[in-house]
Amino acid sequence: MDDSCHQNGGRAPTGGVQPGASQAGAGHAVSFKVNGTLQSLTVAPNAILLDVLRDQLHLTGTKKGCDHGQCGACTLHVNGVAINACLSLAVMHDGDEITTIEGLSQGGTLHPVQQAFWDHDAYQCGYCTGGQMMSAVGVLGDKRIPADDAAVREAMSGNICRCGAYRNIVAAVQDARGKMKRG
Amino acid sequence: MRTFEYARAADVEQAIVLHARAPETAYLAGGTTLLDLMKLDVMHPPRVVDIHKLGLNQVEVADDGRVRIGAMVSNTELARHPHIVKHHPALSQALLSGASTQLRNKATTAGNVMQRVRCGYFRDGVSPCNKREPGSGCPAIDGLNRNVHAVLGGSNQCIAAHPSDMCVAMVAIGATIHVQGPKGRRDIPFADFHLLPGETPWKEHALEADEMITHITLDAPLPNSRSAYLKLRDRGSYQFALASSAVVVVLDGRTVRDVRIALGGVTTKPWRAANAEAVLRGKAVTDALIRETAAAAMAGAQSYGQNGFKLLLGQQAVSRNLTRLVA
Repeated sequence: MDDSCHQNGGRAPTGGVQPGASQAGAGHAVSFKVNGTLQSLTVAPNAILLDVLRDQLHLTGTKKGCDHGQCGACTLHVNGVAINACLSLAVMHDGDEITTIEGLSQGGTLHPVQQAFWDHDAYQCGYCTGGQMMSAVGVLGDKRIPADDAAVREAMSGNICRCGAYRNIVAAVQDARGKMKRG
Repeated sequence: MRTFEYARAADVEQAIVLHARAPETAYLAGGTTLLDLMKLDVMHPPRVVDIHKLGLNQVEVADDGRVRIGAMVSNTELARHPHIVKHHPALSQALLSGASTQLRNKATTAGNVMQRVRCGYFRDGVSPCNKREPGSGCPAIDGLNRNVHAVLGGSNQCIAAHPSDMCVAMVAIGATIHVQGPKGRRDIPFADFHLLPGETPWKEHALEADEMITHITLDAPLPNSRSAYLKLRDRGSYQFALASSAVVVVLDGRTVRDVRIALGGVTTKPWRAANAEAVLRGKAVTDALIRETAAAAMAGAQSYGQNGFKLLLGQQAVSRNLTRLVA
């Protein structure tokens, strides 16, 4: 294992270049916070963030749907920004703060978005729901995205619901918007 | 996904050194194209150099109106940047019409330029494809070519459309791509960066060995210009363009003082339609002139069967966009 490059963050000296790279397949040490808890892991270079969360950290709320960035089931937040966890290497996230669906509720109280999904029956099978809610939290937190239904539908179009619960999802997002404003 | 060596670069110079240590190394930025295609085993670099935390994430507005965009600025941040929204609405609209919110959050400016085609024969990893396996053939020319294949700029080797929306706006606005490599820094005019497939469809861009994009500089906006991006597609969101246009126009009353027209979805590279601009420039705008301009933009277009409707759709992408802009 050779993780000198991303641990010291230093430049390669000229001449004899410090490798700064693993052998193919060798493990890399990586540390990131998940839902406020620091996790220090050894991961293969080709380990995908989604798989590491599910298989190494047993945080299975983040779902694997298409595994190609097309369905949004794996949406989570990295440093407060919603991304597809299936299109990210775990090793890319050294030093990052990650929030998964498991980190949304605080002290046993549902996040307003979770409560709104419950109140509006905004799911059927539930497989896409965690990703939908992580996207919704991101959309509601980005004031550059307009507040009308059409803008919500557009901003949420990266989350596919095969059950077709879209009407209730939009209603839940807008209800949560109102409650978060008042809260 | 196959395994590979991973290295994280601390700065551009180190990234280039790491990249140059082995052939077929890939730079990793947002990863939304690269990791997708590595999972599909269409791309299988033995070595990956992670450049996503190099700090090239600033949008800087110069006194002369040009905008210098760091290679790692996300598509979301560029689209929402107040200066871009105000002075380059076509670029903001193009970016926001591409992909999904999550993908735009992760995808970078340089990565958008470097994204690969969406042709199913390229992406399936097993069909003949001259881009993937030079000399193996192009099933798209006589096959499934309705959605993401071009009617302009193709060759008998490849007709895959360039999938970017952002690049269409940039080629209309005018831009310079700044690259750095083992031999130092150089600038490439945006319009010269992407290559037509010709006889070498595997050569997609003007980067030389181990070079990486560090910045893109937009030309200053044309004074008193207005601009817009129009994307025509099968569904209203999260879909690649069947045909699109970016138009920048400067009006003096009803006279077109200056105009820039670029096409997407129907072309093998981001496409500046200079011949169409010449039809319109300096003349009083009328519906008939707009139709003539749109026809000129698509002059020389060739149907490959399923995508024949794009000959007309491409014209409509231009005429509808222009009509709205001059209204």
